[in-house]
Amino acid sequence: MRLAPTASDGTMYLILFIVFAGFCLAGAVNLLLQRHPINSALSLIVVMTSLAVLYLLLGAEFLAAAQVIVYAGAIMVLFTFVVMLLNAGREERTLGSRAAKTLGFPAVVVILALVATVIVKATGLHGAMLSDGITSTVDLSRVLFRELLLPFEVTSVLVLVAILGAVALARSAGGERTAGK
Amino acid sequence: MIPLSWYLLLSAVLFCLGVAGFLIKRNLITVFMSIELMLNAVNLSFVTFAHQWHAVKGQIFVFFVMMVAAAEAAVGLAIIIAVFRVRQTLAVDRIDLMKL
Repeated sequence: MRLAPTASDGTMYLILFIVFAGFCLAGAVNLLLQRHPINSALSLIVVMTSLAVLYLLLGAEFLAAAQVIVYAGAIMVLFTFVVMLLNAGREERTLGSRAAKTLGFPAVVVILALVATVIVKATGLHGAMLSDGITSTVDLSRVLFRELLLPFEVTSVLVLVAILGAVALARSAGGERTAGK
Repeated sequence: MIPLSWYLLLSAVLFCLGVAGFLIKRNLITVFMSIELMLNAVNLSFVTFAHQWHAVKGQIFVFFVMMVAAAEAAVGLAIIIAVFRVRQTLAVDRIDLMKL
């Protein structure tokens, strides 16, 4: 579906992108600055929800919904649940590892510079605008359930194994005591 | 209209913030959150390139990444709970049994 572009289309898109990209970056930086895990978890939710809006701007409507439900919903609820279950307090300010300081941070800067140079120099990248068509869930599911049915089923087995593993791991410590009774 | 390279740059910056968080943070749960941030940054690149080439498979790849990330979060948090039961701490500096 392709709508006719209007004059305010470009400005609208630019504003939406800048606002939500700004939310994304602010949330990510806040995740690093906060000392309490629950504050970090809440800023990660901000990052994930704004990413959902960016997916919508790129025409991926199904992924935007899945991002909100799976990431901002399920996974972050799990995180906040564990933070509260373990009663995690403020993290202690320690020196950290020496390898992280001497090798890690220069490596991060080098990676960012390298990737940014490649992206800026890349030619042939299109632009994105509001009138671009959206990928409908129908198209997505047609490919997923016809061409990629086997990977889909294999992933369902993976999720089942993960559930069993999580249950086995989480009960292991108390398991012997209850078994002995 | 904005160029797609902006999305890619945002994705690169988010990924590097995730790596930096992995190195800076001293709490096991926050380190794990940084990994989720890196996964999200890569997902954004996937969606951007799917838009560039009008390829549906790029979006399906993101869907698979989300499923694997959900499984990974469940197992990872179970491991964190198991570690906390044994060591009574979440500080990564104190969980160094396997360190050389």
